[in-house]
Amino acid sequence: MSEALLVVAHGSHLNPRSSTPAQDHADAIRASGAFDEVREAYWKEEPSFRNALRTVAADEVYVVPLFVSEGYFTEEVIPRELRLDFDVADWESDGTSADSVTLRPADVDKAVHYCGPVGTHDAMTDVIVRRAETVTGDPDVGDGVGLAVVGHGTKRNENSAKAIEYHAGRIRDGGRFAEVRALFMDEEPEVDDVTDHFESEDIVVVPLFIADGYHTQEDIPEDMGIADDGGYPVPARLDGHDVWYAGAIGTEPLMADVVLERAADAGADVDVDVRITPPTTAVADGD
Amino acid sequence: MADADPTPADAVRVAAADGVDFDGLEVTRGPDGFRVAVPDASYDGLSAAALDDVVDRHRAHVENWLFWHQHAPQHDPDWAFLRWVERADDLSAPERHARLGGDGVTREWGQAAVTARLTEGGRRRYELRHVDDVDADREALTVHTDPHEARRLRKTDDDGDYRPLSTAPTLPHGWVFADLDPAAAVRAVDGLYPATLVNWHREREGELDVTHWHEAVSRQTGIYGVVETWDRGEGHEHVNWVAEACCDDSQCLKRREWEYDDGTALTPDGGSGVFPCREPCSLVIAAARKWTRLEAERSRTYEFELTPSEKEQIETLIDAVADGRAGEVRDADTSDGANRYRARYLRAKLFDDEGNLGGVPTDADG
Repeated sequence: MSEALLVVAHGSHLNPRSSTPAQDHADAIRASGAFDEVREAYWKEEPSFRNALRTVAADEVYVVPLFVSEGYFTEEVIPRELRLDFDVADWESDGTSADSVTLRPADVDKAVHYCGPVGTHDAMTDVIVRRAETVTGDPDVGDGVGLAVVGHGTKRNENSAKAIEYHAGRIRDGGRFAEVRALFMDEEPEVDDVTDHFESEDIVVVPLFIADGYHTQEDIPEDMGIADDGGYPVPARLDGHDVWYAGAIGTEPLMADVVLERAADAGADVDVDVRITPPTTAVADGD
Repeated sequence: MADADPTPADAVRVAAADGVDFDGLEVTRGPDGFRVAVPDASYDGLSAAALDDVVDRHRAHVENWLFWHQHAPQHDPDWAFLRWVERADDLSAPERHARLGGDGVTREWGQAAVTARLTEGGRRRYELRHVDDVDADREALTVHTDPHEARRLRKTDDDGDYRPLSTAPTLPHGWVFADLDPAAAVRAVDGLYPATLVNWHREREGELDVTHWHEAVSRQTGIYGVVETWDRGEGHEHVNWVAEACCDDSQCLKRREWEYDDGTALTPDGGSGVFPCREPCSLVIAAARKWTRLEAERSRTYEFELTPSEKEQIETLIDAVADGRAGEVRDADTSDGANRYRARYLRAKLFDDEGNLGGVPTDADG
């Protein structure tokens, strides 16, 4: 029985970089040989969610949303557009614990294993820590360092904040960093006042966004006050702190492993020892 | 499958047990030996050795059968597409053998030209280029071998501008996907024009599932939910305007198959593209959201004076922007109403400091 992986992402009509993480992770997974057939589909680009499943030859399809949180997209838009008869109760989730459910779409004769989003998977915690390592260039970063996990936040969906707080809590419990905070763009506590939340001189700021775009490259640096000539220095000196801003987590190569973990958790016949070997990530300069 | 790489004679000998009937070639095995038939010849009671000779004599037929059953992708849409490329419905196996072995056979898929050529043992290799680059020297083009690169290539036009609509008639030039095997050829085509191939195949099979405008807007939620309010039983002229604005060949190479609803056709024709469009796309829905808000405004009467030429100039300006011609008007061509200096003069003369045409306030809320 052949199996395929379908990575579903938001995409954009305006920002060509929005779909880059989905493409890159799909390429990395294809190169690893974990799935023969790896496809992407987008809300705002092509192929659309509506046409995606018919582009897949395999009978079994693992659908992994490249989204940060459970909510409107994962519970309403994606299942509806993929023509899955999905009820959010099927996931039995508290907002961060969705795993997978097997459904049959209305337009093609396939079994679709619809997985929770990458952003709420436990493995995502490790990706955030990895991001802190790569942006500081220090594989042992943590001692005496503050970590801010930043989310969009929205008053319309409480799950949006839950994913951020969940990972911040797990990292805090791990004890590696001196301080860990969950901060937001659009709700309290806000990332604008990032240095108010930390005593440590070094603060690593990791935004839980899938793609680099307006929010991660302009809004957040400007909100924090580190924007500089269309970019931001790394680290940026701010109120007596060094702020190491990491850019969107979704571009981290290790994310491809989280996609695979989601599929494996849903029963995909992938070798759990297969890991996407991430290329060494250069320290981001933000330009 | 391809690993075994049987000779055509070996393969046909094995397949004869179940019978072969494909593109004019018939092979069976009976108590008296093998039987082979092609459109203008037939042979009965062949020994295994004699079968070898006949296979050799009708190599074009046998290799054609072998290619389509051993080497071509067996996923129906992919298989049908590659058959379409070499005109398998119109040309006999020997005719195709001759053409594919010569210059190859080229067909256009949107702005992509797909060329099939014969290689050893009747296999095919494929090449993709922009239709305008078909005769270009390969050295003048950027050569790609990974078919998945097509997804990245399609993202920008010749000017480097982002193409949110893959089927916009702005595919960039200057590239070639060279020496592709059949599965890679299909991947590259799907990379340039996502999902076009499967819907084209569904249409050929009479199974294209079209979602018409009314149904498509009815399922919108979130920020797009407002589009539904634009559909309130007051006719569908606005949907004609949407189709005329977005779904013309000048804007999109898909052929619109969706209408207002199952029983109500739209006035603009759907265009002449080779691949069908089965429902309003995300760009159309996003634009319709904007128009929903704009069309909710009540019209007002404004009074200001224009010379006949100024009125015509405004019409020319709107045409030029709508047709994407504005950037092409020459700087010194003041005979063209969309000329930049003409537009700047009109603005200098007729706009007040607040940007109001004729000095008349817009007063949208009034």
